[in-house]
Amino acid sequence: MAKFKGAIVVDTEKCKGCGLCVVACPTKVIELARDVNGKGYHYAHMANADACIGCSSCGLVCPDTVITVYRVKAS
Amino acid sequence: MTATTEINKIISKENLVYGKTSVLLDNEMHYCPGCTHGVIHKVIAEVIDEMGIQDKTIGVSPVGCSVLAYNYIDIDWQQAAHGRAPALATATSRLMPGKYVFTYQGDGDLASIGCAEIIHACNRGENIVVFFVNNAIYGMTGGQMAPTTLEGQVTATTPYGRDCKVTGFPMKITEMIAMLPGTRFVTRQSAETPGAVRKLKKAAQKAFENTRENKGLSFIEIVGTCSSGWKLSPVKSNEWMKENMFAYYPLGTLKDE
Repeated sequence: MAKFKGAIVVDTEKCKGCGLCVVACPTKVIELARDVNGKGYHYAHMANADACIGCSSCGLVCPDTVITVYRVKAS
Repeated sequence: MTATTEINKIISKENLVYGKTSVLLDNEMHYCPGCTHGVIHKVIAEVIDEMGIQDKTIGVSPVGCSVLAYNYIDIDWQQAAHGRAPALATATSRLMPGKYVFTYQGDGDLASIGCAEIIHACNRGENIVVFFVNNAIYGMTGGQMAPTTLEGQVTATTPYGRDCKVTGFPMKITEMIAMLPGTRFVTRQSAETPGAVRKLKKAAQKAFENTRENKGLSFIEIVGTCSSGWKLSPVKSNEWMKENMFAYYPLGTLKDE
C-alpha cells in the first residue's frame, strides 16, 4: 500500500492532449479521454484514480501547466 | 465511501502539492501540443516566484516561437530585433543594476542571426542570464534547417537530410561559450522528464543567484523538441531527442566558477 494518496485536477479546456503526462506517470493513472474538449483535443484525465500517489510528475512535465496535484497521507 | 467522494476529499487547498504559480498568467499558450517552451516558461516563472523577484526581473524575448513569451510570464519584458536580445539585455542590466535581466532565445535567434551578439555579450561577461532553447530546427517559419540541425536530419530545406559537406556542421554553441572567460555558469539541460525539469529548475535558480551576486553571465542551454517541425508526436519527439540530440549535445554543466 502506498504511503500517500493523491489526486489531480486537469483544466480540460486548456489541455492540448500531448500525452507527456501519460508517459511521465509512474503508476499509470492518466489516460487521454475518448471525448474531446472545445479545441478538439483528447484531454488528459484520471482513468485509474486509485493508483495516484500525488508525486507531481505529471504536473512537472505538463507544458501548458493545466495539472494541479493534491496529496494526503494514506490512512 | 465511493471513489469519487474520496477523491473530492483529497482535492482541497491544504493538500495542494503542485499547481500553477501566480507569476504564470492565465493566458492559453499558443505553442503546439507538447512544446518544450511551455515547460521552460513554467520553470522560469516558478524560480522567479520562489526567489520573490517578480518586480525586479526584466526578460528580453527573441524572434521565433517564443516571441510571445511576454503574454505568459507576469514580469517586465522587452522584445528585441532578431538575434539582438543580448544587446538589449546588456543595456538594461548596465542602466538598471539590481534588476534580474534574462534573455530567452531559440537556436534560430541565438545560434544563427544572433551568433555574434551572444559571443560578444558572453565575452564581456554581462551580468545577465541567457536561456537558449535548442530544438535543432526553425520552428516558427515551418521547420527549416538551423545551424544546430543534426547531420542527416530531414527538414523542410534539407529534404534528403543535412549534408555537412554543403551546409557545414551542427554548431555546439554552448561549448564555444564555455571557453570565453566572461561566463561564470554554463550548462546544458533538458526538460523531458520530471527529473530533468527539477535539474533545469535548480540550474535556473543558480543562474539568477549569480545575477544577484553580480557574478557575471550565466548561460543555460535547454535541449528541446519541436514536434511540428520534426513531424513526430510529442512523445515520439522526446524519444527521438533522447536517441539523437543527447548524443551530439550531451547534458551537463560545462563551467561553474
